[in-house]
Amino acid sequence: MSRIQNAFTRLKAAGQQALIPYITAGDPHPGATVSLMHALVAGGADIIELGVPFTDPSADGPVIQRAAERALAHGVSLRQIITMVAEFRKADSDTPVVLMGYANPVEAMGYEAFAKAASAAGIDGLLTVDLPPEEAIDRVAILKRYGIDPIFLLALTTPPARARAVAELAAGYVYYVSLKGVTGAANLDVGSVATKLAELRQYIPLPIGVGFGIRDAASARAVAAVADAVVIGSRIVQEFEAGESGLAGRLTDFVAGVRSAMNAPRA
Amino acid sequence: MLEYVKPMAANNQPYELPDEHGHFGQFGGIYVAETLIPALDELREEYQRAMKDPAFLAEFEYELKHYVGRPSPLYHARRWSDELGGAQIYLKREDLNHTGAHKINNTIGQALLARRMGKKRVIAETGAGQHGVASATVAARYGLECVVYMGAEDVARQAPNVFRMKLLGASVVAVESGSRTLKDAMNEAMRDWVTNVDSTYYIIGTCAGPHPYPQLVRDFQSVIGEECKVQCAEQIGRQPDAVVACVGGGSNAIGIFYPYIDVPGVRLIGVEAGGNGVETGRHAAPLTSNARPGVLHGQRVNLMQDENGQIVDTHSISAGLDYPGVGPEHCYLNEIGRAEYVAINDDEALTAFHDLCRYEGIIPALESSHALAHGAKMASQMSRDQIIVINLSGRGDKDIPTIARLDGIVL
Repeated sequence: MSRIQNAFTRLKAAGQQALIPYITAGDPHPGATVSLMHALVAGGADIIELGVPFTDPSADGPVIQRAAERALAHGVSLRQIITMVAEFRKADSDTPVVLMGYANPVEAMGYEAFAKAASAAGIDGLLTVDLPPEEAIDRVAILKRYGIDPIFLLALTTPPARARAVAELAAGYVYYVSLKGVTGAANLDVGSVATKLAELRQYIPLPIGVGFGIRDAASARAVAAVADAVVIGSRIVQEFEAGESGLAGRLTDFVAGVRSAMNAPRA
Repeated sequence: MLEYVKPMAANNQPYELPDEHGHFGQFGGIYVAETLIPALDELREEYQRAMKDPAFLAEFEYELKHYVGRPSPLYHARRWSDELGGAQIYLKREDLNHTGAHKINNTIGQALLARRMGKKRVIAETGAGQHGVASATVAARYGLECVVYMGAEDVARQAPNVFRMKLLGASVVAVESGSRTLKDAMNEAMRDWVTNVDSTYYIIGTCAGPHPYPQLVRDFQSVIGEECKVQCAEQIGRQPDAVVACVGGGSNAIGIFYPYIDVPGVRLIGVEAGGNGVETGRHAAPLTSNARPGVLHGQRVNLMQDENGQIVDTHSISAGLDYPGVGPEHCYLNEIGRAEYVAINDDEALTAFHDLCRYEGIIPALESSHALAHGAKMASQMSRDQIIVINLSGRGDKDIPTIARLDGIVL
């Protein structure tokens, strides 16, 4: 069983939902990333989405755009990020790590070379925002051969036929984009998320995570009531903008706060 | 009535591209976030219906004739040809269109589509500002709200066009992210579109982006080549030996090339921006520099990138060519060898700019000056009975501040 499956099985047994924080690898500098990943786990992260910075992040809002610019100022590359995960794995063999980014850095490395190196480093999944299922079929086959779960996005606008197509390719979990917009926008409507997830579950047997627009413990708790996982990106990356001093502690505290709100008994 | 007849490739195989998923061989496709997929599906379906609807085609043709002023003349640049001493140069005068460039052909087509789809708001990206002006123009013409995204660096170097867009009632947003040029404007337009996808139509200005944009932009622009074929037959009695056009994303080039793809003996030559010289790395010439294929802005194309797949900064004196990729159909035509691609440096483009001013009394756009410079190079190597058509894609009024600055003149 893969690390991602393990994580969801364990959480389901405990009646809990996964908390998936996102940080951009190499932000604020490459040397910081591994210890910040451990800080997220210390706060209660179940899975880590590790962003691969790209020069043209057209699906991201300003907060994650700036994170990518900070990381790229240090010349962070996909190969370096794979090495970071290998380093993280020396002290954490359980927490799944999913790389999230855009297609071109993976295209440039080559899917075969990427999948091989990523698998050896202990990377569990890959989410490329701009690789919809139509273009993904051959690439997904390579990832699966090396045990890397392809994580796909579903949206408010996704019709049932597409959800079925995604279900055939996806592994690990699927990521439901809870609003029309870029990362970090603040117009999440939990009611509409619940309705859409109920529809999607008819076609998608995998756990469904919800992201885009989750900003605090309250919205995370509300989403956890209807989803299998809660993804928080921009709100966590905002902590990086307050400077590196005390950053690891702030990340741990923020994640712990969200974790405890998600776990608190529901009336 | 305009007719869109699929051309034949030179080997007599039907040239029927793109395929249903927008592929031109290995290029093109749909590489966008999931939220936009249904919007692209809707656009593709509506576009296919529109192109079979006589009323739509008749309105498009009417607007091109009475609002744009088509057909644009095919003009024999006799004095410049004599000076060069070789082939006869003919200019396809897209600079005489309403708004001063070929861009309006496409924005009219897309604005009519937007109206058909019930969208009240249009957005556009722009580099030199010509597409922004053409979008603002049609938005005013059809009563649509218009927001234009423009890299902050381009806002500074194309001030007259920024003011023109505002006069036409558009909002212009200066994009400060990334390299602050055309590609970043396109990123920002895609962010707007994904946020406002229900109300908004995204008018992409070149034959790039996710399917169906490269196809529909080509089809709307192919009026240039269709007219050119008729005009060549009438005025010269034969088709040219070569057709030359500048290539940023490549919309004016594909517009004049497409109807010639199945015409044997007509060389098709795309001229990229060589900047300081392709060998210096400071250029915007992905095909000439053999850039690897990659994925950006919803498409797989030859792309200027570093070894890690990050997009590199481009350089060109002309904002409209300052783009790290090139439309997928050009990538395909390059790969199969049906079209050739070369680069012209900033200096060479400037020389051609001044030559056309002096010898023909025409002030060309800096973008088009790249095509002029290469056409002049070719002409001088050819005989006097040979014919070159150069697509004069836009006029140079917008570039006057840039030229003055280079000459050390304060206006």
